[in-house]
Amino acid sequence: MTIKEIQDSIVEEFSMFDDWMDRYSMLIEMGKDCPIIDAQYRNDNYLINGCQSRVWLHAKMEDGKVYFSADSDAVITKGIINLLIKVLSGQTPKDIVEADMSFLDEIGLKEHLSPTRSNGLLSMVKQMMLYAEVFNNKV
Amino acid sequence: MTSNFDINEIRRQFPILDRTVYGKPLVYFDNAATTQKPLCVIERERDYYLNENCNIHRGIHYLSQEATEAYENARKTVASFLNAKDSNEIIFTRGTTESLNLLATSHGKLLVNEGDKILVSAMEHHSNMVPWQQMIQEKHGELLVIPMDKNGVLDLNAYEELLKQSPKIVSIAHVSNTLATINPIKEMIAMAHKYDIPVIIDGAQSMAHHIIDVQDLDCEFFVFSGHKMYAPMGIGGLYGKMEWLEKMPPYQYGGEMVDKVSFEKTTFNKVPFKFEAGTPNVGAALGLEAAVKFIQSLDRKAVEEYEEHLLNYATEQLSKIEGIRFIGQAPKRSGLVSFLIGDIHPYDLGTLVDKMGVALRTGHHCAEPVMTFFDIPGTVRASFAIYNTTEEIDIFIKAVEKAANMLR
Repeated sequence: MTIKEIQDSIVEEFSMFDDWMDRYSMLIEMGKDCPIIDAQYRNDNYLINGCQSRVWLHAKMEDGKVYFSADSDAVITKGIINLLIKVLSGQTPKDIVEADMSFLDEIGLKEHLSPTRSNGLLSMVKQMMLYAEVFNNKV
Repeated sequence: MTSNFDINEIRRQFPILDRTVYGKPLVYFDNAATTQKPLCVIERERDYYLNENCNIHRGIHYLSQEATEAYENARKTVASFLNAKDSNEIIFTRGTTESLNLLATSHGKLLVNEGDKILVSAMEHHSNMVPWQQMIQEKHGELLVIPMDKNGVLDLNAYEELLKQSPKIVSIAHVSNTLATINPIKEMIAMAHKYDIPVIIDGAQSMAHHIIDVQDLDCEFFVFSGHKMYAPMGIGGLYGKMEWLEKMPPYQYGGEMVDKVSFEKTTFNKVPFKFEAGTPNVGAALGLEAAVKFIQSLDRKAVEEYEEHLLNYATEQLSKIEGIRFIGQAPKRSGLVSFLIGDIHPYDLGTLVDKMGVALRTGHHCAEPVMTFFDIPGTVRASFAIYNTTEEIDIFIKAVEKAANMLR
């Protein structure tokens, strides 16, 4: 699936729930199947700045596509990073760099996260984009 | 629980308590961060800007004299609230943090020499630690720390031993902002005085809730924030014994704090003006005065009892939750409860509880060394004020239970 197609399906999934508690339940569930970062990368070098809870993110390139893995000590944060991973993992670095991430506004994730969390969300997206850009320049 | 005051009448004075968040009634349990403001405070500051606004102390005209008098009356009100001997022993600052920076800077010039020591406790928030740490590092000295036990109780034997190392100042919290511990400050002040060491009490978490008598305590300094005691933000203060304030050098320069100025030399105004550089926050000072009068209008003993009842009730209800762990279990606590549930991250719990309309604080509460001591990333903290109710605690408990079930 393309990034846009995945985004659309996530927007649809989110819109099924009116209540934010249900959306959080979904994020918590999502956190449980996050591709977990290899233990060797779970260190300060892979820590994302700007998050109140700790988030580690790793990316690797295989057959021209970027694969992300992550972990967080907070479950909701882990759900959020996995949501981003679902959208961006397995895509080409060029597609990732060019991706329009405005679906985050559409599902209301940004406005429903407290500013500190919201900053964390932006930091996560930025870090994923940075990885993609580095890979893109290498290609 | 019967109380000598009408909780509904008190709540009516805080209009913000009627608002909703996410469509749910607001339960505000973040009072240790800042309390809400009663109408009398809001109206006092508003009225100042509507009818009285003027720069003080220097104008010859009517408004300036009136505003100066109002500002100096506010100082008297705060002084009598703390039972200071002389109203000039009250310096207005932006709050606890600025008061402590003032003291650290001024004492850094007056009292502390190369290689000297300063004594704080293991439960201080950053504002009562970092200013001392930075000052003492410049002097190549040492910051001594009174240890505490796993319940959040300071070790007074260790304190006595540390006093023997002749620190130049002792600076300790009255009430811990993370552990709720009420420190035995009167005893600790007397102990320091045996060694002729001056003591600073950080009253940020105590002044709204407890009766403070600086003469009875006999502390050299007492610092506080207005916004944690129903007053506006941007105002707070410091009480200091006159003999100390007189010999201490200024903290900031310019504006009202000077006496005579030439390019060769400047002499400084007398206490308290020496410490109030620039145009003060007059409107907020008048708001602070209104807040003090609001607190004084209540039966203080009844307030203490009511708030203790809230804390006991919350602790009792929380202790029924599976996997609850209290951070801070000193026998004497005040105003707040810090906890964790199982291995649930405080941010996860706080986020979900927020969505149910309950405002808590999660994180390290600007006291990272305390979190390091307990080896935790942070806590969830519920902190109470006079307008909170047991009904709100019931809502809070239900929200915490629901969130915990989602996260387990």
